[in-house]
Amino acid sequence: MSAVDMNMPILIVDDYKTMLRIIRNLLKQLGFNNVDEAADGSAALQKLRDKSYGLVISDWNMEPMSGLQLLKECRTDNQLQALPFIMITAESKSENVVAAKQAGVNNYIVKPFNAATLKSKLTAVLGAF
Amino acid sequence: MSMPAGKEAAVDNATVVNMETAEGDLSAVNMRLFAEVEAVAEFITNAKAEIASLRADEITSEHLPTATDELAAIVGATEAATNTILGSMEELEALAETVDQEVSDKINNSVTQVYEACSFQDITGQRIGTVVNALQHVENKVTALLAAFGEEFKAAGVERPATPKRADGKAERPDEDLCNGPQLPGNEISQDDIDALMGFD
Repeated sequence: MSAVDMNMPILIVDDYKTMLRIIRNLLKQLGFNNVDEAADGSAALQKLRDKSYGLVISDWNMEPMSGLQLLKECRTDNQLQALPFIMITAESKSENVVAAKQAGVNNYIVKPFNAATLKSKLTAVLGAF
Repeated sequence: MSMPAGKEAAVDNATVVNMETAEGDLSAVNMRLFAEVEAVAEFITNAKAEIASLRADEITSEHLPTATDELAAIVGATEAATNTILGSMEELEALAETVDQEVSDKINNSVTQVYEACSFQDITGQRIGTVVNALQHVENKVTALLAAFGEEFKAAGVERPATPKRADGKAERPDEDLCNGPQLPGNEISQDDIDALMGFD
């Protein structure tokens, strides 16, 4: 039996609606149906402070608040500092990866990605499901 | 752009004549300097004339906005098409639940591949956004050039805004230097590279 709560609320953050739709559908295929969306870091931060989530999957390059800024806000917030956070981004420079790691990201997926990569990173962060 | 050979020779000759007739009022170095300054002034005049003939005001008022609009239209069209594809896939996915398991699995595998492929819209959208920013940067520079060279280069009666901090006019973010978008093939690092770098599984 899976130790992962498949009904936990997950917040996905991306400024491209098509990307939100893709990630939501891939999560649904993996068994996660309780998914909320936000279009940038500031909107996501508001949702995170209004509701308890089990995971954040965020893009990096968004306006006005980027994914990295959102991550840093989470890590300095007592209520959110332990929240699992996965970055899914097209930013594929080493310095981006290093900056995200230093900010406390739990995993990092580079776009374009496939469903298998998403599942493996979710497993790495949440445990087997 | 260089000064025509004939003009350069004429300037040199004039310099020599002036030096010979100056009779010590001006040193040879000064005379040479005056000649150089004269040549530079003429060079600038010619450059202004050539820039004016390019109708740089049209670059900022017509060509660049048109290119930006066309690129924005591409993003809009690909987004609409991607949403149509995703909608169809979602319907297929729902239908897969009504057929036997083997067929359902095949449908779902194909649907997953389409979902993965549809992320192209995000990637291409970001790449086009980078090009739009570059065009806006060029527009700002041309506008600055028009302002620097005077009224004759400005479009009639059009006042242009000052150059913003960012090419697209939006506020800078603390991680601005890290928001570069997708890398060109050969410059990017792979998911395996990232995993190794991070020490992740």
